[in-house]
Amino acid sequence: MFAGENLSETDNLFEKRLISIGFLMLLAVALIVLHWSWRTDYFAEIGLIVFLIVFFSLTVYAVWAVRTSTGNSLWADAWKRLLKNKLAVFGLVVVWFMVLLVAVGPTLVYWLNGFTPDYIPSGVDGGDRVRSFAPSLRHPFGTDDQGRDLLARVLQGGRISLMVGIISTIVSLIVGVSWGAVAGFIGGRVDNIMMRIVDIIYSIPYILVVIVLLSVFGGPNTNFLIGLIPVAITTAITLALLIYLGVKVYRKIVETYTGRVRPIWMKITIALFAVVFVLVLVEALLFNMWLHSLFLGGIGDRMATGFMAAAGQGLAQIFLLFFALGLVSWLTMARVVRGQVLSLKNQEFVLAARATGVSTFGIIFRHLVPNALGPVIVYATLTVPSVMLTEAFLSFLGLGVQAPYASWGSLASDGIKNIQIFPWQMIFPGVTMALTLFSLNFLGDGLRDALDPQTRKF
Amino acid sequence: MLSFILRRLLIIIPMALLVVSLTWGLIRVAPGNFYSEEKTLPPAIEENIKRKYGLDRPWYEQYFIMLGNVTCRPIAADNPSTTGVRFSIFGQSIKCFDFGDSLKYLGKSVNEIIFTHLPYSATIGILAYLLALITGLIAGNVAALRQNSPWDYGSMTAAMLGLSVPNFVLGPILVIVFSLWLFILPPARWGGVANLILPVITLAAIYMAYIARLTRAGMLEVMRSDYIRTARAKGLDEKTVLLKHGLRGGIIPVISFTGPALAGLLAGTVVVEKVFAIPGLGNIFIQSVLNRDEPLTLGIVAFLSILIMIFNLLVDISYGFLDPRIRYE
Repeated sequence: MFAGENLSETDNLFEKRLISIGFLMLLAVALIVLHWSWRTDYFAEIGLIVFLIVFFSLTVYAVWAVRTSTGNSLWADAWKRLLKNKLAVFGLVVVWFMVLLVAVGPTLVYWLNGFTPDYIPSGVDGGDRVRSFAPSLRHPFGTDDQGRDLLARVLQGGRISLMVGIISTIVSLIVGVSWGAVAGFIGGRVDNIMMRIVDIIYSIPYILVVIVLLSVFGGPNTNFLIGLIPVAITTAITLALLIYLGVKVYRKIVETYTGRVRPIWMKITIALFAVVFVLVLVEALLFNMWLHSLFLGGIGDRMATGFMAAAGQGLAQIFLLFFALGLVSWLTMARVVRGQVLSLKNQEFVLAARATGVSTFGIIFRHLVPNALGPVIVYATLTVPSVMLTEAFLSFLGLGVQAPYASWGSLASDGIKNIQIFPWQMIFPGVTMALTLFSLNFLGDGLRDALDPQTRKF
Repeated sequence: MLSFILRRLLIIIPMALLVVSLTWGLIRVAPGNFYSEEKTLPPAIEENIKRKYGLDRPWYEQYFIMLGNVTCRPIAADNPSTTGVRFSIFGQSIKCFDFGDSLKYLGKSVNEIIFTHLPYSATIGILAYLLALITGLIAGNVAALRQNSPWDYGSMTAAMLGLSVPNFVLGPILVIVFSLWLFILPPARWGGVANLILPVITLAAIYMAYIARLTRAGMLEVMRSDYIRTARAKGLDEKTVLLKHGLRGGIIPVISFTGPALAGLLAGTVVVEKVFAIPGLGNIFIQSVLNRDEPLTLGIVAFLSILIMIFNLLVDISYGFLDPRIRYE
């Protein structure tokens, strides 16, 4: 009987795992197809259908997981608390609806009036002049000053805005969580150095650097950055390997000689080792530069031209945005995760994991990070609106999303130029964006109250 | 305390140099330069330009020349240069903070440009922060003291709205309503006090919202703490408890927000200057980066970073006065 129970539990676990893997694969297929369809033709229905299947099955899966989770697990409790918060539920519904809308919206508009986001009608009014039409039944949000349907453009722009928000947040999640978890778990000198680096970057006025980065590398210069990817990868690998080896050798030296030689000799040896180590690091950088001039640069150039030919200038700029925005928003995440890991790492389950022989890497990423997930989710939810706001700001300055792509920020900033004559050109993108940010903020606040009752602000 | 301040002041120097180096590196690594236009220049002319601006030297030499100019370096007494700050010690002339001349605004030194355009941005920024501080503190306190009342919900929803409306949307809407419909305020440009009202409100909105939320959370936490109960038990009247004991603790999250707020104000002023056509430093900065006007970009980046870091230091110092539990070793 005992064995049987155990077996069914295992089955259940495997079933859940299988389902999640299946969903992930579906999601991957959907993303690829959606991306491909989105490049060539906005209304390749197959991409949309796959997206909808995944979207709704994820929704059903989430609801099912919540319904069937028994007992008072952390997540079940949190969900109950979230549902009690009216504003958070409002936020959740609006965000869910907005994601659905930006996915199916352009198709619906196409059915409504036959306009795609990029379709410029020629010769409205009988002449060759196109003008901006006020909102009407045919064009619910009006048209922009080239006669393009604004609703279709707002929905299309929503894809970019949400994508920038979500992907930049994921970039910041990956960097911040790894950085914070490693610093917190290893502790000691490593922690000190890593968090000092965070402090230093924190006090740099990042907006200045982002503006310089985007305006210098935006436009036609993006391929230069892409060309650096191969050498960046090899450099990262070399440096990681060297640092790993260096730490090992340093530990070995300390272990072998502490207490056996006079401290002064110890200090001299370590100082010498540090000098050698720095020299080796510089040598490794030079070696990578040499590799770059030898053949990595050529590979990079080919990658860059290939990418530019396939994706085009506008998409390259969007990738640059992901990079730039992700790069500046990981700092707080690292601090949050480090704090969590510090409070978790002395608990029994970490000791148990270590006793059963799990590696440091395994402990950090399989045991500590999942347990620190609550605050991470909360903070990530609040990062999305702030990143979207920054993107809008950059687009307003003309440094963000470039034509032919549009985002809520760039649409609104285009609309500002005509605000006196054609107010709808600014009001609709602006209001849609504000509504989404509003909901995301409420959702984040609600999640904080639900997942983190200790820090709940009464 | 004194050693803490000194240490922090000293660390500003390498940090500012780091920011300047980073910016310099970004500008130099990227393809393109300030002199190339649509049509390509004849090689002889290009060579001349390069020689004039020292671009024909190796990059590390250029880097160290730049660093020397930006910080301090000894020069000959009869050096005709007028940019930067000059003084002499023991008969040796020394020149500091020399960012050189702008490459686009010919004949104007970077320092001159910064100090002509700074007052506009600074006025708007300071006024906006003060406005945000006053309204935010009032709204947050009202919300905290009347928790779960319509006052609370009203001010917190308003704050959330402030967080969600981008300032480049808010600005034009205010212009339409107050300038183009009601005709009570000027829509743009620099002038009297009336010209300041709309830009300051636009810039302050998001900080009002943040400060109101932070104040509410801080006050709710503080007003439940033991030392407030002690103060009440001593028989102090509610006003003293609130203003002398409560606010001092409750305001700390607001003070720590000042650092990020300053960085944000910087970005905000860029938008506000663009929307309201104000000749401030923010627009000059954006233009300089787009023009590849390297000396001007470096000058503004260095100036603003140092400014922000000094403000951050002031914030850290003020903690000690507000919360007696915080000590600097």
